[in-house]
Amino acid sequence: MLFEYLLRRISLLVFMVFTLTVFTFSLNYLFPGDLLTNFSGQVNSNYSQTQILAQKYHINENLLMQYGAFLVRIASGDWGVSLSSGQSVFEHVSRLFPATLELCVYALGVAVLLGIPAGIVASAYHRRWPDRVINSLTLMGFSIPIFWLALLLIMVFCLSFGLFPMSGRIGLLYEIEPISNFILIDIAIQGFPYHGLAFFDALRHLALPTVVLAMYPTTVLVRFTRDSMLHVLEQNYIKTARAKGLNRRQLILHHALRNALLPVIKQIGLQFSTLITLAMVTEVIFSWPGIGRWLIDSIYQRDYPAIQGGLLAVSMFVILANMLAEFSHSLFDPLSRNQAYGKV
Amino acid sequence: MRNLVLGALCTYLLGCVDASQQQANEKSQGLVYCAEANPVSFNPQVTTTGSTIDLIASQLYDTLISIDPETAEFKPELATSWAVSDEGKSITFTLRQGVAFHSTDYFRPSRTLNADDVVFSFSRLFDVYNPYHFVGDAEYPYFQSVGIDQLIRKVVKVDEYTVRFELFNAESSFLSNIATDFAVILSQEYAQQLIAQKNKPAFDNLPIGTGPYKYKNFLRDNLIRYHRNEQYWKYPVPMQQLVFDITTNGTSRIAKMLTKECDITAHPSATQLSVLKDREDIRVDKAANLNIGYWAFNTERPPFDSLLVRKALAHSVDFDKIMQAVYYGNGILARSHLPPSSWAFQAQDNIPRYNPELAKQFLKEAGYENGFNMTLWAMPVSRIYNPNARKMAELIQSDLKAIGISAQIIEYEWNTFVERIGKHEHDSVLLGWAADTPDPDNFFSPLLSCTATFSGKNPANWCHPEFDLLLTQALDTTDIALRKTYYYQAQQMLIDQLPLIPIAHGVRFQATSNDVTGVTLRPFGGISLGQVRRN
Repeated sequence: MLFEYLLRRISLLVFMVFTLTVFTFSLNYLFPGDLLTNFSGQVNSNYSQTQILAQKYHINENLLMQYGAFLVRIASGDWGVSLSSGQSVFEHVSRLFPATLELCVYALGVAVLLGIPAGIVASAYHRRWPDRVINSLTLMGFSIPIFWLALLLIMVFCLSFGLFPMSGRIGLLYEIEPISNFILIDIAIQGFPYHGLAFFDALRHLALPTVVLAMYPTTVLVRFTRDSMLHVLEQNYIKTARAKGLNRRQLILHHALRNALLPVIKQIGLQFSTLITLAMVTEVIFSWPGIGRWLIDSIYQRDYPAIQGGLLAVSMFVILANMLAEFSHSLFDPLSRNQAYGKV
Repeated sequence: MRNLVLGALCTYLLGCVDASQQQANEKSQGLVYCAEANPVSFNPQVTTTGSTIDLIASQLYDTLISIDPETAEFKPELATSWAVSDEGKSITFTLRQGVAFHSTDYFRPSRTLNADDVVFSFSRLFDVYNPYHFVGDAEYPYFQSVGIDQLIRKVVKVDEYTVRFELFNAESSFLSNIATDFAVILSQEYAQQLIAQKNKPAFDNLPIGTGPYKYKNFLRDNLIRYHRNEQYWKYPVPMQQLVFDITTNGTSRIAKMLTKECDITAHPSATQLSVLKDREDIRVDKAANLNIGYWAFNTERPPFDSLLVRKALAHSVDFDKIMQAVYYGNGILARSHLPPSSWAFQAQDNIPRYNPELAKQFLKEAGYENGFNMTLWAMPVSRIYNPNARKMAELIQSDLKAIGISAQIIEYEWNTFVERIGKHEHDSVLLGWAADTPDPDNFFSPLLSCTATFSGKNPANWCHPEFDLLLTQALDTTDIALRKTYYYQAQQMLIDQLPLIPIAHGVRFQATSNDVTGVTLRPFGGISLGQVRRN
């Protein structure tokens, strides 16, 4: 049963990756400029170089061959070179992506830690003041555009009070060797250099971007948890339990929570795709050296190989994250595996 | 249990006190300079981009001689003395002994600087037999535009510490050119090591010089890290570390200054200076600078090949408004191509002034009474000569609209921008030039000569043989009075021909944290951060 479900998911994944690569491949034709330059990122190459490139990229053969060669290159990590830096796009992506991922993971962590308990509290005190407070705060958080929130926080905490730095991942004077490219992990691997100060400084740099990025998923999770809890609390088995004389705490912790959290788990995974999009905005504002900022810079510079590589990496990641979320959800909730059979 | 918590708290607090001392210590050993753009290269020979020169030239390298910013006299650097003979056609430099090259994780020098290094560094610029001449497509924009390949016959190693330059003909600006930030001395031993490793392109990206700092790493769009050169010959370098924080946005640079993420900030925008002035811990320095911000036309492209059109454009723009809106009163309205502080300056009376009626008339005469479409390229970074090209472009755009010309503003990332301008893809461009030497030739040859057109450094794509002749004549003599008359004629010719319209001369601003000293602003060339320290 589970195996069958997995198979179905994987075939869907293959199809999506196929569509994605076809789209990325066709970008080479859709972008203005020389086809070979779009593919390789080599500009002003001389005749013999052009010949070698044409052969490598199978330019003179039919589209299918070109696409095949494209797939082989993507798989082998040869994503061309960036027009603006002259360095390998794959290298850029593998250096920058962890930074974005790190930010997203922390933001999601904060969202889960704050959002779910808040949602539970709101449902437990349904229509009483904790519910109202949480509800209005959520609505506010949900409505604030994050670029505005980011600027506001910078104004208050960076410029007025000077509490937090406003850019980057760590004070530039701290030299941290990139190993995993996850800054906190790197600092930990290197044994907390500078007497732990580097770690502390990295945390300070993380604070504001994490808060900004966590805002949206937190509000979503609060609302989702609350609705789901309210739904479960309406169920007959809860009423039965209540009739038996269980108090609210027992009711929620032992009976309602487990069932209510199931759809929330799925939601956490689905948040990842929204999070990546929001991360781009956050990265630009906080000069966070991640893939979003790089991608936006590349668009500004019309760096076609970089745009292609960045898009491919980000969308591939979103697809994978969604897949994983659904899969883990189906592990917890066997019922959901059947839904794909198309109920009306 | 409570004791345990208290104990933990105490240790934490103690740790914090200890830590903050440590932090102060850590900070005092490094300095962050917020820069406006990525470097194009790490070798000053291959670029004229001012933002790059600021970051690399004086920090990593030394030159044979330099020019004293106050007296404008030549000062010994890597050359302790020099002698001119054979009517200026032969110049002999005696080199300083015991100057160590940088020792880094990618190169360990086995010897100190000698004549081979000097011969190698200069022959790369013009000698096709130099193994590095064709690395990076043999582009040496500054030297090519001043015509170094037609100037130096050869560079001869006389002995271990003596080098002789033999010239085809004496040229009055030769020593000034040798004293620019571009004429750095590179390590020949390092060059040979890279040949052995078959990795010649690394030469311009992993630099080895003799300057106060040595290269550690560079992350594009993020930072450049230098470490102190412990063996610097000139003085002990105070700072352990120098980091360039690459922040292209001017407002972000000021904000980082306020949050203490930067110690020094390049080119704070004049509009935001008031924010900094209220702060007691930040000072803003202002220095006169030899530069010119201009609007250049691609004179090879119709309709800009027509003088009437260029005149019409020049008369259509209200430059007084630009002075207020872009320079905020911190610039000097240009009255010639040269800045007034240059000794060859002559105010041009017939410089075009705002007169839209006249502009329309010129357009009509040129046959464009219905106007035309054009592109207006605005540089994306703030430089001394043009603090806000985007805004300037918008003002010009609206003025042009009034005479029926529709201009489209084009922006690219800075290095891409410079590259595309070099290929003359523009119709017109807002750009500028900051001098590298006080010699007036520096404003003409590298910018408007025919050779500059070929090397892509002539933004007007303008090659005028008579103008070139004037420049050559001015260089062929050392008689200042005679040179002046040639430069007067050259300035006049520029206003008559209008390949570009001089707009203004900017003032250099720099915001510095109050605890940082040792930064000096020079009227020409890049900045030097060798002696900055934190008190």
